[in-house]
Order: sequence, then structure tokens, then C-alpha cells
Amino acid sequence: MYSRESLKEKAAKAVDKRAGIGPDINLDEFEATPVDHEYLSDDQLKSIPEIEKERLVMSGVDVLERERGGTYFQKDTAVVHCKSKQDGVEIIPIQTALEQYEWIHDYYWKLASVDTDKYTASAEMNLHNGYVIRALPGARTIYPIQACLYLDKQGIQQNVHNIIIAEEGSELHVITGCATSPHLTKGVHIGVSEFYIKKNAKLSFTMIHNWAEDMVVRPRSVAQVEEGGLFLNNYISMKPVRTLQMYPTTHLVGDNAVARLYSIVVGSPGSEYDVGGRVYLKKPGTRAEVVARTISNGGRIISRGHLIGEVPDIKAHLECKGLILKGGLIYAVPELEGHADGVEMSHEAAVGKIAQEEIFYLMSRGLSEEEATSTIVRGFLSVDIPGLPPQLKAEIDKAVELSEKDVM
Amino acid sequence: MLMIEDLQVELAGKIILRHIDLEIKPGETHVLFGPNGSGKTSLLMTIMGYPQYRIVGGKIIFKGVDITNSPINERAKLGIGMSYQRPPTIHGLKTRQMVQLCSGNKEELSVEDLARRVNFVDFLERDVNAGFSGGEIKRSELLQLMAQNADLMLFDEPESGVDLENIALVGNTIARLLQKDGDGIGAKTRLQYRRERTKMGLIITHTGHILDYVIVDKGQLLYDGVLSCSTNPREIFKCITEVGYEECVRCTLENR
Repeated sequence: MYSRESLKEKAAKAVDKRAGIGPDINLDEFEATPVDHEYLSDDQLKSIPEIEKERLVMSGVDVLERERGGTYFQKDTAVVHCKSKQDGVEIIPIQTALEQYEWIHDYYWKLASVDTDKYTASAEMNLHNGYVIRALPGARTIYPIQACLYLDKQGIQQNVHNIIIAEEGSELHVITGCATSPHLTKGVHIGVSEFYIKKNAKLSFTMIHNWAEDMVVRPRSVAQVEEGGLFLNNYISMKPVRTLQMYPTTHLVGDNAVARLYSIVVGSPGSEYDVGGRVYLKKPGTRAEVVARTISNGGRIISRGHLIGEVPDIKAHLECKGLILKGGLIYAVPELEGHADGVEMSHEAAVGKIAQEEIFYLMSRGLSEEEATSTIVRGFLSVDIPGLPPQLKAEIDKAVELSEKDVM
Repeated sequence: MLMIEDLQVELAGKIILRHIDLEIKPGETHVLFGPNGSGKTSLLMTIMGYPQYRIVGGKIIFKGVDITNSPINERAKLGIGMSYQRPPTIHGLKTRQMVQLCSGNKEELSVEDLARRVNFVDFLERDVNAGFSGGEIKRSELLQLMAQNADLMLFDEPESGVDLENIALVGNTIARLLQKDGDGIGAKTRLQYRRERTKMGLIITHTGHILDYVIVDKGQLLYDGVLSCSTNPREIFKCITEVGYEECVRCTLENR
């Protein structure tokens, strides 16, 4: 039997360790005691209160499970629904996996380090739950698996650890929504995620966040892509949050592995975002693209990007574009590191306002000033994501559209 | 009808149009000649309503409405449209969506049908003006104008940058927009068609190529912010070709 003792020991030493970036949070302000919620049958899931359904829909989660290959739904610390509707795809609560399966220890804390900071340490010291989603070798999902991490209890600390494995030659799409119930204003979400994309596998992971004014969010994600694999990571957060800091890292460890990271972030007044993407290109033929679109409405956004080319014949591009609509701050920090001859790396960063000329152009076609502005903003936020199934593209468009009125 | 009376316009603190009088009756198309920097584009932008072109005197009346101080979109709604020489790129907005917006989101509009007429179907999924060549921009602008169905159309050098193959396409499309073609006649007599013509046009041209495709009613010559000559367009064009804009200086002096 595998023992988690050494992990716990390591974690215990890091419980007070501040993160390298982002404001420091006193976790004692939050309540990490588990909260019970009843497990929901299929029928009960369908009949949750309308107001909760709405919150879920905004995060891309459909309780009717239309065009979904399976569902993982965690409320506070409890798993309230978990099932796969698709052959070749397993969805298991991580606590169950840790108890029952030996193989999970080949993945658990193998990419992310438990002593990175106090947040990773806390996730291990007091793990609530999380999901393991695994596509078996050669399995090709038709519909995305949906996962929802929901916060209901005021002042709660939710500690989650997720593992996604796309086995050799598989294709897996996951849409994950994080949301808070309408009455919750304060809480902290710590989410450790480890992604394994094996040889010639393809994983698309689309994460939509809908937090509340006084929420603290600290995701900690690491991905590893093997030979010929593709990792598509989309991130959308357009709702207020007190502070959100994450710097997901991807390691391209096999020849011709590809990572594409796209993010859309809107910073409302009082919100502080420190977000970015880092990709290590470690083998010839690897490709990476990091694209960020940020809008500040009075919030503060630090938009980072870091590409590290370690060997020749790699290609990587970083794009940070920011739009300041109603004050606030956008701080773009693009970094490129080439460690060998023959790397091809570039970046493009721009922060500005909507060009008056574009507004007038649209007005001369009959649009009012407001219509012209929202058309331009919608265009700014619309990013073409090659390789993303049209259905997921539609989910992203919907999430953007639903939040749009908050942006203007 | 468009009526411009004693218009004076200032751009960045400098007078660029002085005492402009211009009248375009329903069904009429005028061309606007003039050397670089004479104020041609400024006049079009002022009629369209761009606020940086500050009107310091005179007025603009369109369809009986005083639009001197109206915002751009109100003028567009009233029926004024413009084909730009160098329009901005709008990232993330597909040309198809733009054409729909121009039509006021008419459901029955077939964007494909319109696009086919200017040979532009392949560009519908591209962002508006993103990486378009000179000629492609002109076709895109005409496509938008077709969807907009304006009554007064302002064309800023519609033939510049257009290759020989497309010049006829652009010319004939403008003729059609301005009801100057033979296609719209149907069972009507030519006279009837001419009498019922309502569309108005004002076209800036340097090359005069447009005169080969569109029957123009009048030529206007803008020199140093003043409309110095208003007569048969072919005559003005011939004059410019033979003796250049030098002659305008003498004309202007004589007119004073």
C-alpha cells in the first residue's frame, strides 16, 4: 500500500510558504472543515433550483447533460454527482481513486510539487476531493466531459486536486466550470490540476470561472505533453473576484508535442488578476502558442507569458493584448527564453483603448456608439482556436456573451 | 437632396474648407476633382459627420433635415453611406457579420448573393479589412454599401489600387448602386427610369476612370478648400489632363 506520509511531511513544512507572486492570503480567515451535501441522482440533478442552474450554465455546465459525455459535480467539499456516459472514459472522485487504485500514485503530485507554496501544501494537508478523468488508450470522446466545482457555503475554503489523463492515441474534451452560489460572497478555492497528455493524444481543457466579489482563487496547474500530443487550454474569467493568481506550466517532453493556451480575462473594479501561461519546449519539433486577451474595467490585471525553448527546431509565439475600457491597470509581462541555436520565438504585446476610428467606421454603417463599442469588444474577445470542436467554441462564445453586459 | 450652404470647416485648428456651396439633387451623381491636399476627403468626412472636422460656419441639409450637428450614425440612418479609401481593420469581426450589420440585421438579406456580385464570397469569413489589398478593400466597401442601401453615397477614390481586371467590376457596381446602369430598367422607358432615379452620389477621382462606367451629371473641382469650378465632368478632366491644376489658380483668381 502506498503511503502519503512523505507527501504530508513535505506539505507540513510548506504550510506558511508564501507564493512567489500574487498577494499573500491568510488561510486562517477561511473555514476548511468539510461540508456535507447529499448525492444527487440523475433526476435530482435535473431538478436543482433554477437559480443554481443558471449559475452552472454560465460556466458551461448543463444539468440536463445534453451533448455531454459525463459529469463531475462537486459542491463545497462533497461530490454530489459523478458518472461517465461514455465508453473508454473514466471519471472518479480523487479520494476514491487514492483509496482504491494503485496506478493513481504514478500521477498524484508527480507534476506539481506539494511544497510549491502554502496553497499546494494546504491542498494536501486537507484534501477535500477533486476529479480524475481518464481517457483509455485510443478512446475518442464525441462529447465533452463536464466538471463543476461549486462553492455554496459562505467563507469556505475548498481544496481540490484534479488529474486528467489522456492515454496514448486518445482524444478527450473537458469543460470545467467553477462557480459560486448567488448568496456566497466570500471563500477561497485552491485547485491543483495535473494533466498528462500521452503519445499522440489530444486533450482540450476549457475552464470557465464565475466567482464572486470577495473570492480568493489559487489554481496550481502543470501539464506534460508527450510525443505528437496536443494540449489545448482555454480559460475564461469575466466576473469579479477579489484575487486570482495562477501561472499554469506546460512541459512539452516529446517530439512534435504542441500546446496552445488561450485566455480571456475581464478585470472589474476591486478585482486583482495575476494570470499567465508558461511553456517549456524540451524536444525538437515542439510548438507552443500562448494568447491572452484582457480587458480592464477598473480592475488590475497582470498578464504574464513565459516561453522557454531548450532545444533547436522549436517554434513558439506569445500574444498579450489588453484593452483598458474604464480605467484600471493592465500590466503585460511577456518573456522569451531561447537556450539553443535555431529556436524560433516571438511575442506581440499591446495595451490600449478602442480606436475611435473603428467606432466611427461602424457608426457610419448605422450603429450607435454603444453598439459600435460592444461590436469591437466582442471582436477583440473572439479568438480563433484551431482544433477546438465547434460545440466547445459555441460554449466559449456563450460564456462571453452572457458576461458581456457586465463588461460594457 | 443634399444642400451645402457656405460651409466652413476646421481640422486641428486650421481652416481646410472655405465657403463651400454644393447641391446634389435626387438622382444626380457628381465627381469631385482636385489636387492632393485640396480637401476632397475632408469634404466627404464632413458630410458623413466625423467630429474632428469641425463645422465653423454654414450648414448641411439632407432630405430637408439640418444635419450640420448630427452624429455619424444618425446621418447613416437618414441614408448617407460612404466607401472609404483606407478603412480601419476590425479584428474578430467577420466581413459576413459586418455586411449583416450594414443591412440593419435584415433577416432576408443573402450575404452570399451580394458578395457574389463583387466577387467577394471567399472573404466573408475573414476579419473586416484584415490584410485586404487595395482592390479588396474597395470591393468590401462596395459590398457594405450594397447592404446598407444608402440614398447618398460618398466614394473616396473607388478606383485607386484596383487592378485592370476588377476596375470594370467596381465601376459597374457603383453605376448600379447609383441607378446609372441598364439592368434596373425592366419594362420602364429610359426616360421613366431616369425620372424615377433617386440615388445620389459624390465620387472623388484622380484618374477619371470612373467616368467610363458611370454617367456623371456634374464635375466639381476643389482647390485649396474652395469649390472653384462646377461644370461638365469631362471638360474639367480634359482641362486638368492638358494644363494641370495650375489653371485652377487662374480660374480661382478670376472668380474672386
